[in-house]
Amino acid sequence: MPLQSLDIRNRSATTFTPPSARQTLEVAKLIDVSRCIGCKACQAACMEWNDLRDRVGVCEGMYTNPPDLSDQSWCLMRFHEEEIDGGLRWLILKDGCLHCTDPGCLRSCPAPGAVLQYSNGIVDFQAERCIGCGYCISGCPFDIPRLRREDSKVYKCTLCSDRVAVGLEPACIKSCPTQALSFGSKEDMLDLAHHRLEDLKERGLKQAAVYDPAGVHGTHVFFVLPHGDQPEAYGLPRNPRVSPVVALWRSGFGRAAGVFTMFAVLVAGILHYMRHGPLEVPEEQEEEKKEGRP
Amino acid sequence: MTDKQGDLILRHPVGERIAHWAVAIVFVFLFLSGLAMFHPFFFWLSFLFGEGQFMRFIHPIAGVALVLLFYPYAAQVWKDNRWRPADSAWVKHMWGFMRKEFHAADTGKYNAGQKLMFWSMVPIIAALLLTGIALWQPWFAPAFSPTLRRVAGLLHAICAFIMFVGIGVHWYAAYWTRGAVRAMVRGTVTRAWAKFHHPVWYREVTDKDT
Repeated sequence: MPLQSLDIRNRSATTFTPPSARQTLEVAKLIDVSRCIGCKACQAACMEWNDLRDRVGVCEGMYTNPPDLSDQSWCLMRFHEEEIDGGLRWLILKDGCLHCTDPGCLRSCPAPGAVLQYSNGIVDFQAERCIGCGYCISGCPFDIPRLRREDSKVYKCTLCSDRVAVGLEPACIKSCPTQALSFGSKEDMLDLAHHRLEDLKERGLKQAAVYDPAGVHGTHVFFVLPHGDQPEAYGLPRNPRVSPVVALWRSGFGRAAGVFTMFAVLVAGILHYMRHGPLEVPEEQEEEKKEGRP
Repeated sequence: MTDKQGDLILRHPVGERIAHWAVAIVFVFLFLSGLAMFHPFFFWLSFLFGEGQFMRFIHPIAGVALVLLFYPYAAQVWKDNRWRPADSAWVKHMWGFMRKEFHAADTGKYNAGQKLMFWSMVPIIAALLLTGIALWQPWFAPAFSPTLRRVAGLLHAICAFIMFVGIGVHWYAAYWTRGAVRAMVRGTVTRAWAKFHHPVWYREVTDKDT
């Protein structure tokens, strides 16, 4: 029942197929980078709602603070200074989990049910199931999950699954003063993104683009990038996808073939024994020695 | 080298036996915990280790224990596992040997099958250690790039698979060859057994004796 009522589409390290008859609305968060002023209200709202407090660090000479995502910082404003078209551009990116349709974390995870994908598109970690192996971290094409050393659990943005489940929008959305962040159905958000894109192009930003990478079959947090021809400038990979190494390593077929071969060795042993029997010292050789025994 | 009883020959001294079974116990521990993380079909095995998180914690520690136990053991037996021309001939007749149609008269302390087992384990355990370090959370893995960790994960699984299959063959061969388990448990074999399975070794130990 919980699988149905929670609308779970996909569950890590699971051999059964979750029920899929009922489809809920796919949700998405749109981040329109052209409207972002880098105020970090979303970052503060994330800490506030999730009750997280990162360590107070030191200034590293840039606005990005803390310097990286962590088990306490699931949302981080990253500030990139880039030379584009002969001018200095200050590119601000709200970094965090993108909730891929094909999540590398879920594929890598060996613990049943530690990573869940809801049918609304949210990818969520279940701490009580997490074994702390960190495979999700190397499985992620965006380098998002962070392992907490103290409890060996992995943390990342939940897209406020607790809020979304009761019909609220994620905390970051609520805090954004410039409507750079929007939340709704994936369909509506794509419409809005393309509307914003047209607007940007009219204003001369011909290279603007929507970043909803097809390599991971789209994401449930996606961007409008004013310099969409250079996603790397924002720290985003150009063609993200689950690494072929990870795909091979965690492939159902490859692992099933491995398990099958191990069973085959067992069966081969039984069959060999049935056909040929044990390898014993020939009786006449054994006998001649036994005679001398006291 | 012979036992007090006269007709029994000491094949594995007590230190070697203890080292072998210590390696074996740690291997089984690693095998079961590794399988649980390899495929969800086996995840129930994690309950043998408390639960998943503790199993994940203990697996790499057992891995280091395996390395610390295996290589000193290997150092004790490697000399008898040196490859000789006769071994290549044995490998050619391996299928015949399994069908009991071929029996080598020039086998030393270990036959070529045992030597292959030994020499495959030497690099594979080293590879499992190195790839395992790259995966070891939370202490060592963060020092490696995600790409390296992905490759390490794949190689770790492949090496473990080869090891499991190799040990599976090893177990069966030990069971199939009557007297082999006893040799590794109690250390001794009969003269007839030594003469039949390892004639060259038999001559070596008896020549020294008399």
